[in-house]
Amino acid sequence: MNTPIAMPTPTGSAKRPPPVQKEDAMWLQKELINANYADLARAHGQGRKVAATFVPGNLNELLMCFDFARSLPETNALQNGMRKKSGKMIMDAEREGQSEDVCTYVKADLGMLQAGEVGPTGEPMPRPDLLLLSYTGCFTFMKWFELVRHKYGGETVMLHVPYQGEGKIAPNMRDYVVKQLKETVIPALERVSGVKFDIDRLRQYMRESVKAEEDLVAVLQSAKHRPSPIDGYFGAVYYIGPIFTAFRGTPEATQYYRTLRAEIEERVRLGKGPVTPDGDMGEEKYRLVVEGPPNWTSFRDFWRMFYEEGAVVVSSTYAKVGGLYDFGFRHDPEHPLESLAEYCLGCYTNLNLPSRVDMICKYIDEYQADGLLINSIKSCNSFSAGQLLMLREVERRTGKPAAFIETDLVDPRYFSAANVKNRLESYFQMIRQKRLAHADAPAPFVPITPAH
Amino acid sequence: MDTPAAEVPEVLRIVQRCEALFEDLHFNAVKDWKAAAPGRKAIGYMPVYVPRELIHAAGYLPVGILGGGDQIEVIQGDAYYQSYICRIPRSTIELGLTGRLDCLDGMLFPSICDVIRNLSGMWQILFKDKYVRYVDVPQNYQDEVGGVFYQQEMQHIRDDLGRMRGSPITDEELNASIRVYNDNRQVIRDLYAYRAAKPWQAPTSEVYLLLRAGMVLPVEAHTALVRDYLAAAEKLARPRRDNARIVINGSFCEQPPLALIKSIEMAGCYIVDDDFILVTRWLLDDVPTDGDPLAELSRAFLHRSASTAAKYDARREDKGVFLMKQVKTSGAEGVVFAAPSFCDPALLERPMLQDVLSRHGIPHTAFKYAENTGQMAPIREQAGTFADSIKLWNAA
Repeated sequence: MNTPIAMPTPTGSAKRPPPVQKEDAMWLQKELINANYADLARAHGQGRKVAATFVPGNLNELLMCFDFARSLPETNALQNGMRKKSGKMIMDAEREGQSEDVCTYVKADLGMLQAGEVGPTGEPMPRPDLLLLSYTGCFTFMKWFELVRHKYGGETVMLHVPYQGEGKIAPNMRDYVVKQLKETVIPALERVSGVKFDIDRLRQYMRESVKAEEDLVAVLQSAKHRPSPIDGYFGAVYYIGPIFTAFRGTPEATQYYRTLRAEIEERVRLGKGPVTPDGDMGEEKYRLVVEGPPNWTSFRDFWRMFYEEGAVVVSSTYAKVGGLYDFGFRHDPEHPLESLAEYCLGCYTNLNLPSRVDMICKYIDEYQADGLLINSIKSCNSFSAGQLLMLREVERRTGKPAAFIETDLVDPRYFSAANVKNRLESYFQMIRQKRLAHADAPAPFVPITPAH
Repeated sequence: MDTPAAEVPEVLRIVQRCEALFEDLHFNAVKDWKAAAPGRKAIGYMPVYVPRELIHAAGYLPVGILGGGDQIEVIQGDAYYQSYICRIPRSTIELGLTGRLDCLDGMLFPSICDVIRNLSGMWQILFKDKYVRYVDVPQNYQDEVGGVFYQQEMQHIRDDLGRMRGSPITDEELNASIRVYNDNRQVIRDLYAYRAAKPWQAPTSEVYLLLRAGMVLPVEAHTALVRDYLAAAEKLARPRRDNARIVINGSFCEQPPLALIKSIEMAGCYIVDDDFILVTRWLLDDVPTDGDPLAELSRAFLHRSASTAAKYDARREDKGVFLMKQVKTSGAEGVVFAAPSFCDPALLERPMLQDVLSRHGIPHTAFKYAENTGQMAPIREQAGTFADSIKLWNAA
């Protein structure tokens, strides 16, 4: 089922890279993402409006009710990062006055706009008519869209999503989000798009979402098998692409996740491990849980450091950044607005730290992981602030070793391959030693509190 | 030889007292207050804004926690944070882990940024026996939407504190506390107006210490202290200099070291408005005390509160309006953007504010600091050059 396809040689490279191998579903995912850029490029010409909105807890089904073309700025930035374009964009934004200290997604986006509003695929990236500020789990989002609005105009609409400071969604939090949807967000979407809201259309999209959500959960949880048929971090970022961006609620997404699930189930049946860019992974030696987003500018190099050592990520928190389906959430067509509110409130970075620790401990237990690796991202305080305490807590509660590396999202200046590789090699050694020690004296059982 | 106390002018004696409170990172003033009567409790809060009236109405002492400044060596705190995260959370953790905050019975973490937000969860993990609450403030400014949510959030804290003391907090108690804080807000407004009018008589290094004293003193005592300062300041004539009048922006959370404020003043700047310790001036006018107290606090926050980078500006044209008003009201000639390193809200806000100022022809300059910044020479040079350039432009 895996089709080797040669990637174009980057300009200036003397060596031709080896062919990249991907699952068929990964290629399909790429087609979907590219199709969305083509849709964005055509939207204004077709008289359609463009909405920009963020990934975590986004309102894709709602935006589709108003025929908006949807742009996801984090996705744009990461796509530019993977295509090695983000470094210049970031430096351009810094030359225009952005601080070197702040989020590089923001600067990559501003740099892209400065450079003439061309998207990652080279097609035109239209200015959004509406900046839907789904303010979930990240304060920087708020400043990001204020900056875009300040420089390029357009209208912002705020959906303030309260933080789960007490580790749960209180009824008043959900009511507040629903009220904003009814009184602020939907009227603004109607006004800007010229399309009247139809709640039955929303319900229909949500019915479609549920199908994809069911299949995605099956795919992510397939990593409980040994060997894991997927990489729940590097592979999972492909898997979550459609559902966390512009496709959730579409038949295309349903088809994509059905295909993906069938592929993965076949791999389980055959006892195969994950597909990596260099083909099927060899022997599975280490099973890890990873916390934090990946680095995008050296994504393949980063991944290779794992699979060359036989390390597979069985679960990651980043694969839940858009929503926590594996803890039971499904969009509910019978209660559409309430369900949207729950989705916004429930995404990973909107959880408090104790809940995040609970979740990681649960993953380590259920996926029989050897330990936790934290990839701490300079740009993202929402993820990163508190991770060193999380590391200690997870080690204390699970008795499993944890390790810490530092990179960045899309700033190539903050990816030091040698440092990361050294730390990973030390970590794998630590796991081996721990196993040897445990072979003599098994670790005492440490109870794990369930998340939520 | 020390000057006999009687010879020290009253205004300087007040400042000395404030400085002693500022330097006491063991919070003895809080401990003394608690020890003065049985059952007293103290609740800490971080920047920028919490409705302190709720704590006061419970009979408790609100205590502003603004990090460790440049007076403590952060050892344990650094083990909890990566190098690219600002300093206030690491020094606050240091204060907690070294027992300096044991006198606090709880901590409130208002929504301001992702770092302080996540610190609330760290506090829940590290200090399990303490009351900890994240205080979400609305970014929707409609009374029936964000206002209702905000009232519910305040009610939650009110109920928690009521349970802690063993009886619910009544509306009468809350209205009485609002009255007390209205007095404090008024005297702070008087202080700021006085400084803007006569900055040589009330240097910001003194005004700042006065505000800091309000972080640990009971509000009634603080109001009296500021009144005493205003009276005493007028009695001591001080030399007037040909300084540039500037507004400081960006220092609403992690505070600059006192030496930095002094350096800016010594470089030839009169600071005539700022966003230091903004909790004291967040609500811009009196909150009515004859209605539903939570509804009135909510309306004051939604419609009559200071603007910072931590608050959403609903429209493009709202950006910088508050800062421009500060500049005009205080008769400032320029703005100094002084933001903590790695402060996402302040540093992301800054280019937009700079653009607004440039469009209005207001000179501005910018630098970063940390609460423990030690090298003042570069800042003094930059502020001095800025002050000189303002004077040259004005002369031209």
